[in-house]
This record gives sequence, structure tokens and C-alpha cells, in this order.
Amino acid sequence: MKIVLRNMMPIAAVLISGAMPAYAASEADFKTAYATAEAAEKEAGALRNQWTTTEATLAAAKKAAEAGQFDQAVASSKEAEALAKASIFQATSEKQRWKDLEIR
Amino acid sequence: MSTHPAISLVSAALALAAVVLAAPPAIAADTPNPVVEAKAFQQFFTHKFPKLKPEDFVNGPYSMNEDLHRQWEEKEQFPPYEFALETGKEMFATPFKNGKTYGDCFANKGIGIRQNYPYFDATEGKVVTLELALNRCREANGEPPFSYVKDEMASLTAYMAFTSRGKPFDIKIPDDPRALEAYQKGKQYFYTRRGQLNFSCATCHVQEPGERIRAEILAPALGILNAMPIYRSEWSGMGTISRRFTTCNSQIRGVPLGPQDEEYRDLEYYLSYVSNGLPISGPGARP
Repeated sequence: MKIVLRNMMPIAAVLISGAMPAYAASEADFKTAYATAEAAEKEAGALRNQWTTTEATLAAAKKAAEAGQFDQAVASSKEAEALAKASIFQATSEKQRWKDLEIR
Repeated sequence: MSTHPAISLVSAALALAAVVLAAPPAIAADTPNPVVEAKAFQQFFTHKFPKLKPEDFVNGPYSMNEDLHRQWEEKEQFPPYEFALETGKEMFATPFKNGKTYGDCFANKGIGIRQNYPYFDATEGKVVTLELALNRCREANGEPPFSYVKDEMASLTAYMAFTSRGKPFDIKIPDDPRALEAYQKGKQYFYTRRGQLNFSCATCHVQEPGERIRAEILAPALGILNAMPIYRSEWSGMGTISRRFTTCNSQIRGVPLGPQDEEYRDLEYYLSYVSNGLPISGPGARP
């Protein structure tokens, strides 16, 4: 019986951890995520191709962090990073692709 | 009969060199030819809209839709830009504190010269627009610059455009590689997709002129700057070329550049050049 119980402990631990609320983001998590997003947006700026949606999402991340909602702040930061990366991809690929539209 | 391997190798190398030399250099394909390109640009629109005369294109969406055209004719009885025009005329004639006027900064005292702007300034190696020249004139005479997007700047350019009505755009690209580069950069900006909506200027104004985007009818790129500045009902006021460019960028969810940044000046240079020969019709009114 003891052995059975010992064997079940790890399984129980996994089940209990699964039932626990998701890991709550900290201020440090936000700062890391925000800095990454901000760096990507800066790169888009150097390419002269920032998006208004990236700016708005970065602002939303900051606002959520100020309100102490770090889960939301991290999620918005990650979204802003994805948007910034998309704008960088656009600017890079358009360096050649614009020619496809040209009237000749 | 057998050939010496060394001779075969040399022959092959010579044949390869001949092929390579005969092919045009890759750079040539990218070298812009503004004269040929402007002709192709204008033909694209005249073929797309065979019923329109070339000079009709300067009327933007009003040339694309009969109902709008009738509305516009009635609107022109009491044009909404009239107040700005009167203000601009008065401002233009009023001396600065030092006694000089705007007219002192321009050829022909600033009258009937809109069609020559923008121009490439060989001294500074940059494109100079009328808006930029007006603010430089102010600063040279000890006055603070105006906002580039509306109000006073729109009034001044409205008056200057009015004195040039009917004169064909006459934009020059001097024999200077920097001028050609500015033209090319303007063209690149025009065709480059940007913003989250992934639109270029050409997406609306080359691919879809005459079509609706929400409630608006899209203007053709040909002649699109000839009517500037404009009173825009959407803005409930006047706007300059700078305003038009920055709001276009915002509408496609792109962060606009600063008014009169180099990209916008180059864009204006390109768009004006490809409309050479079409008459100035500004100030204009748009829905």
C-alpha cells in the first residue's frame, strides 16, 4: 500500500499543478517582454515602417503594467512584439517587392 | 579529329564571356528613365479611362463618377475653399515685420509659379516643395514657421495655386544623379506597401481608382496633386499635401513620418513629375 501511494505521489503532483491557476506574470516578466517588444519596434522605426497598432499595443501594455495587471501587460507586450516583427518583415520584403506593382 | 583539352577550355571560357558581356548589366534594369516612365504612367490611366480627357484627371474622384461630378459643379458655385483663398491672398500681400513679403522670396513675386514646385535644389541636393519654401521664406525673414498640414499653410498654398490655375505641371529632373535618386526614391515610396493593412499608395490610386473604399470614391494617382491644397469635407477644413500624405499613412495603420520628411518630399517630386503637362487646378474640394 505504501508503495502504491509513493508511486501515485508524482501523478497527484502533476494533476494538482494542472488544476492550479496559471503562473502569474511578475513585473520582471513584463519588463523583459516589454523591452523585447520595444527593441523590435525601434528596429521598425529605423526602417521607417512602424505601425499604429504596434504603438497602441505597446501603450496598452504599459497601461496594464501601471495598473498592476502583469498578465495582461505581458500578453500585450508579446502581441506588440509580433506586430513589430511583422512590420519589419514587410519593410524588408518590400525593398524588392514594390517593383511588382510599378506601371511599366 | 581530337582537340587539345586546353584549347577547349579556353574556347568555353571565351564563349561564356561573350554571353555574359552580351547580356545587359543588371544595374541597367533598375536605372530609372523618368521620361519613359511618365509616359507609361499617363497611358495607363488614359487607357483605363478612355472617355476622360487628360486634363479631367486633375479633378480626382469627380472625374470618375457622374453623380459626384454634378455635385462638384454645384459646389463650385460657392466653393468651400473660398475663405482659405481670401485669407491666403491677404497673408501673401501682408509684409513681415521686416517689411518684406512672401513675394520677395519667389520668382515672379510668387505669382503663377505653383506648377514649378517641387524642384530639385542642386545646392543642397534635396527636393524643395512649395510648403518647405514658404516656411523657409518665413524663417529667413524672422518669422516662426507655420504648421505644414493646414490653416495658414493651406491658405497660402491655396492662393499660390489659384494664381497658377491652368498652367501645366512643369517639374524638372536636372542632369544630376541625386535628382534621379530622389525621383526613384519617391517612386519606391509610392509603390511600397506599408501599415498593418499592407497598402501602398498605388493599391488605392493605381489599382482601384473610381472604385469605392467605404463611402469614398478613390482618385486616380494621375493628377492627384494638381488640385492641392484641398478643402476636404471629411476634415471639415483645408489640408495641404503634407496632410494628405500623413493621413493616408494613418488610414492604412502606418505611423506617419514627419511632414516634409525627405520621403514625402521625394514622393511629391515623383507624383508631380509623372503628372507633368496636366494643369494646376488647386485649390480643390474633395468629399
